[in-house]
Amino acid sequence: MDFSLSDEQRMLADTLNRLGIDRVSPEQRRQMLEAPAKGAASPLWQTFADLGLLHMPFSEAVGGLGGEGTDLMLIMQAFGRCLSPEPYLAGLVLPGKLLARLGDAEQQARWLIPLLEGKHQLALAWQETLARYDAHGITTTARRTNTGWEIEGSKQVVLNAAAAAGILVTARLDDGQLGVFIVQQGDVGVRYHDYLTIDDQPASDMTFDTVNLPFEACLSANAGEALDATLAIGRAALCAEALGAMEVACDQTLEYLKERKQFGTPLASFQSLQHRMVDMHLHLEQARSMTILASTCLEQPAEGRDYRIAAAKAYCGEAARFIAEQAIQLHGGMGMTEECYVSHYAKRLIMFDHYLGDTDHHLEYVSEHLSAVA
Amino acid sequence: MKLNFTPEEQAFRQEVRRFLEHSLPEDIRERVRLGRRLSAKDHIRWQNILNDQGWLAPNWPKQHGGPGWGPVQRHIFDEECAAAHAPTVVPFGINMVAPVIMHFGNEEQQRHYLPRILNNQDWWCQGYSEPGAGSDLASVKTRAVRDGEHYVVTGQKTWTTLGQHANMMFCLVRTDPDAKKQAGISFLLIDMDSPGITVRPIITLDGAHEVNEVFLDQVRVPIENRVGEEGQGWTCAKFLLTHERTSIAGLGHAKQALRHLKSLAARLQHRGRPLIESPSFRQRVVRAEIELMALEVTNLRVIAATSEGCAPGAESSLLKVRGSELRQELSDLTRRALGPSALPFLDDFLYGSGELNDTHQADSAAGAAQYFNRRKLSIYGGANEIQKSIVAKTILNM
Repeated sequence: MDFSLSDEQRMLADTLNRLGIDRVSPEQRRQMLEAPAKGAASPLWQTFADLGLLHMPFSEAVGGLGGEGTDLMLIMQAFGRCLSPEPYLAGLVLPGKLLARLGDAEQQARWLIPLLEGKHQLALAWQETLARYDAHGITTTARRTNTGWEIEGSKQVVLNAAAAAGILVTARLDDGQLGVFIVQQGDVGVRYHDYLTIDDQPASDMTFDTVNLPFEACLSANAGEALDATLAIGRAALCAEALGAMEVACDQTLEYLKERKQFGTPLASFQSLQHRMVDMHLHLEQARSMTILASTCLEQPAEGRDYRIAAAKAYCGEAARFIAEQAIQLHGGMGMTEECYVSHYAKRLIMFDHYLGDTDHHLEYVSEHLSAVA
Repeated sequence: MKLNFTPEEQAFRQEVRRFLEHSLPEDIRERVRLGRRLSAKDHIRWQNILNDQGWLAPNWPKQHGGPGWGPVQRHIFDEECAAAHAPTVVPFGINMVAPVIMHFGNEEQQRHYLPRILNNQDWWCQGYSEPGAGSDLASVKTRAVRDGEHYVVTGQKTWTTLGQHANMMFCLVRTDPDAKKQAGISFLLIDMDSPGITVRPIITLDGAHEVNEVFLDQVRVPIENRVGEEGQGWTCAKFLLTHERTSIAGLGHAKQALRHLKSLAARLQHRGRPLIESPSFRQRVVRAEIELMALEVTNLRVIAATSEGCAPGAESSLLKVRGSELRQELSDLTRRALGPSALPFLDDFLYGSGELNDTHQADSAAGAAQYFNRRKLSIYGGANEIQKSIVAKTILNM
């Protein structure tokens, strides 16, 4: 049992926190969000590349730095603290991890190496309206033809699709297995509807209308387990991002309670508000524990891993909502405004629950797999 | 970061498990399993077995007769004891007064009291709370007036747990009524057989006689029974409270309670199916399970920090709040799981020697009483509201 960080990890965390302060101030963030998306050409993304962050979560076998779950945790936590607008998870980690598992040498050379070098970004299209958060219950199909594969169907809220050089798309095959295919910008029959999510992330709904792909666009015709493992990493990473955002929401709320005076005394002197603040702190620390649990179980066999991941995602979802709602409440009317920065954290924390499965979805998973003995 | 135990720690767990399998008397195990009250004799019988093994005082340093365990081993030991239905060691001597005597007591006091605690010759009780001093402990009124080589102590203590068995009490008394609240308090060790002491039972809402009132009327206490300097009692009291809170999450008990709940809910039927398959009930079990997972990691974080020499800080308050809430929730679920079987109040079976032939009735007997008993968890050791105020002040600087 060891909760300490290595020297390298401490340095990484320091570097990232400084980066957040220097490069992602509220004003800088607003400018980045308002400017047209630059994808991998964004200066901040190139700084990630210079710092080795793009190599970090990948194994040495595919040219990465071999970072562990806890390295990814530190990175995502720091991005959560500054509400980084870069699609580190959606544009790098999720599609990259799936590629690393499934792609052959040629596919990795074509897609993964440039990804790690910061030359392009990717995206992962796994979610569908009818299947909600169920990655396996999808209706998009892929049919083998004489010249390759034919894709038919649609995907919902594909993060970073517009800026991605390639999009990994999951589809059901005739034999019932899940396949993964790479769709490129400009492929005929693919339509995009681009928008920003309510918490400021670029996303697209995609439709595939008789899209013909060459054989080499198929990454795998049996990707179920790899997809589960990839989504598990994504869920742990999201918990860490939410943890970072929860830390800041708590800090800002505490600071506000100490500054703001009503009835001639700081809000922090009222016991009901003190106890509410402590409750936020309590949720934060428990969420930290669950994030650590999620980040350290990624190498375990699928069953134990997914049980813990589901528990962590469900728990952090509730903690995030509690902290977000209380942060707004304790800031009073100011908490309702765009101008008050805590509202941006609140939005990210509430919508955290809608990425990669919400609390109910994951509670159901835990319920279905509840062991008879503790 | 790693959450798993080392091979040595896992081997230690096996060693503890084997010891408990062999050495815990079956009749005691069964009484604890069924939630029945143990007699003073049963407590002492088990504590003597632990002492023979050298494991009675896990918190004590080796030089005083402790096993020399670190926080991780103590945690494993607690977990295994709860899982095996071993009785909780009566904490007032071993875990509460002993650390104070080691830290503040003189050599003579250490030589006299510590071996007697380890050998279960003295049964200690805690003279802290008073009718007018609960969470606000520093307002104790019990007076100790110097008279030659004695203090003459008069006042009233309350919530004295298992005081009916005790022959010694450690006591907060006011030696200087003019000093500032905390400054006028001293820490006395009082022989319960002294003239002027009356112990009266308080029956709690679960029908149990666990706590007492202790009346002190002109009780003469030799001054050598004072620990630390006169007026230093509050320092001793605070020191003791931090020791009290280190294992306050009661995680081993929570785990055991969840195991018990799951086995009940798998066995009991609800509308023709096992209760555990009832969606609303199952959902609450799931939430309790997840809360326990979080609490366990938080607990391990505190243990790891303690191993590195950091004093348990705010997290121990957090553990106390969340741990007590979880154990209360589990006791609520257990009571509900029992359905109508929770209703019969079989006090002769629970608190006395009455026996039941019906195993279902025996298994169910403690459910409701324990639910009521567990309400104490959020009140004692500093009520949960006090814990929150402590965190607000000390950690959040509010």
